Amino acid sequence: MRPAAIWRAAGLVLLVAAAAVIPLAKNVTVTHVGVFVLLYVGAAVAWNIFSGFTGYISLGAAVFFGVGVYTVALLSKHLNLAGGVVFALYPLAGLVAAVVAVPFGLIALRVRRHTFVVVTIAVFFIFQLMAYNFSWTGGSTGIFPPFLNWDPNTFDMPFYYTALVIAVGAAVLAWAIWGSRFGLQLRAIRDDEDRARGLGVKAMRVKLAAFVISGFIIGMLGGLYFYFQSEALPEYAFNPFFDLTIALMAFLGGFGTLSGPIFGALLLEPYLGYAQFQISNAYVSEVVLGAVFLVVIILLPRGILPTAGERLTAWRAARARRSAAPAAAPAGPAGAPVAGAAKAGTAGTGTPGSGRA
Amino acid sequence: MGTFLRAVADGVLEGGVYGLMAVGLTLIFGVLDIINIAQGIMVILGAYLSYVLWTHLHIDQFVGLLITVPAMFILGVAIQFLFIRPLRGRERTSMSLLACYAVAIIIEGVLYQRFGSNYVSYTTYWNSPRATLDIGGYYLPYIYLAGFALAVLLVVAIYWTLYRTQFGRSIRATMQDHTAARLVGIDVNRVAALTFGIGVAVTAVGGMVFGTLNAFNPNTGYDLISRLLAIVILGGLGSIGGALGASVLVITLASLVDVYWNPEWSTVVFYGAMVLVLVFRPQGLFGRKEARAQ
Repeated sequence: MRPAAIWRAAGLVLLVAAAAVIPLAKNVTVTHVGVFVLLYVGAAVAWNIFSGFTGYISLGAAVFFGVGVYTVALLSKHLNLAGGVVFALYPLAGLVAAVVAVPFGLIALRVRRHTFVVVTIAVFFIFQLMAYNFSWTGGSTGIFPPFLNWDPNTFDMPFYYTALVIAVGAAVLAWAIWGSRFGLQLRAIRDDEDRARGLGVKAMRVKLAAFVISGFIIGMLGGLYFYFQSEALPEYAFNPFFDLTIALMAFLGGFGTLSGPIFGALLLEPYLGYAQFQISNAYVSEVVLGAVFLVVIILLPRGILPTAGERLTAWRAARARRSAAPAAAPAGPAGAPVAGAAKAGTAGTGTPGSGRA
Repeated sequence: MGTFLRAVADGVLEGGVYGLMAVGLTLIFGVLDIINIAQGIMVILGAYLSYVLWTHLHIDQFVGLLITVPAMFILGVAIQFLFIRPLRGRERTSMSLLACYAVAIIIEGVLYQRFGSNYVSYTTYWNSPRATLDIGGYYLPYIYLAGFALAVLLVVAIYWTLYRTQFGRSIRATMQDHTAARLVGIDVNRVAALTFGIGVAVTAVGGMVFGTLNAFNPNTGYDLISRLLAIVILGGLGSIGGALGASVLVITLASLVDVYWNPEWSTVVFYGAMVLVLVFRPQGLFGRKEARAQ
């Protein structure tokens, strides 16, 4: 393993350990927000597997989420399922979402860039409208699950740990894909799709595969949401805010990177979850979210982690140059190396290289 | 037959207004290569502005346009200057889309904060029952006619600007090739800012007509933007004539579905048409093949 991989693995293990310990505090608010945090970590990572790796910005991820919600909702309504068996339904929800992703992808992935974004938005609205208007989805009254007769103090626990498992699974999967042949093909499409095709990448097949994978994960999370929130309402199952939030999380942390979406979700969702409790300020939190978004885009266009990484590299390079400067300065004529050293030196001690030499 | 004609007339008249909003969207796309996701909420903002001018100052909504249109123009130029122009680099297009989305949520949040989520509808002379034209038993509200006339007038004005003025020539040059336009001495940044301003300013008119015809709340912006996007894609991104044609076509179609089937499904028909067109003609009905590859 390369050092970067070891660091990454250590960070992941540390995060998982921390996440596994948090519920022991037995604070219902914390675990409740925690479930949402993990749900969004999973969703942002899954979104990133497709959109981040291929560069196709999808604002239709809520389609998979909603399909997952309604799959579990309809199954439990008609089969009257309650109790531990509900957790077995999540993979099924993911599977249905993945099946939906195939025609969705076949249509949307024919077009690129803006048109793709717009098509995903349109497909999203078609699904929301269907949820509102079909009789079997319950329309705007939605579907409610059979009552789960669980202790309210520990109600969140199973959801918390399931969400943790899904989120970690998604992160590990993203990691595995990143370095694989499949991941390289995805990233080649992101850099230049026509050239990638010229080099023999079966672009459509590869894009579709990533789309379906991300749909499967997000569909499972939708299934989890249904019993956790005990409702399937069109406006929350197919929520435009969901699309936007996971995209923001990925961009905040670092679009198309491995740890970026995790970082972004961990940073943003606690705030959003907290803001939800402050109902009176719900709209202020919306404005704040938008403002944060703009600041991130303008000041950190590549996300926090990549920008921080660049700064760190630049700082290291400057330090290396500074220590190398005294040796280099006398050797050459007093032009370029001194100027370079002086530039680097201003950030630190302010002593020009020539002075020290 | 009467119902049919009526549905078609409604569709064409309303389609003209949608066409105006869609022209703003497609103009911005053509010049700046970005999709202004905030166009929908800006229409609603325009509707609220007209509403406020009417309820607080009793300014007729058509007269109020003299205030709201310049206000929206300035808003557009400011947004372009502050949030769109600074964007650089490979992810510029997707970033600008998200920046517009962020602007949309901010406007939406401010509108919710100020006006709440209750639907707003207001009655002025223009949508009162007596302001209707009687055509053989079919009562056509003046606002439909006036809105349509205004929309047509503005679209003609935009066309005239684009094809008959020096500024229009620089817009078209920028649409065709940024770098070449810059090389022949066009101030591309200025053109971009003004185009964004014009594209946003038309939402003041669209919003005024929309707000007079329909009840609205801040959430209506989502509905509008999705319709506008479908129209623009259907017409072919960047094609002004396409946006106009597609909006009249689709709104008429939706209006027919409204009458003959069910109002709830008219929107699905909308998107269904879009998906169908994309399957067979990915560049849209009137669009050319994408010139700028990724």
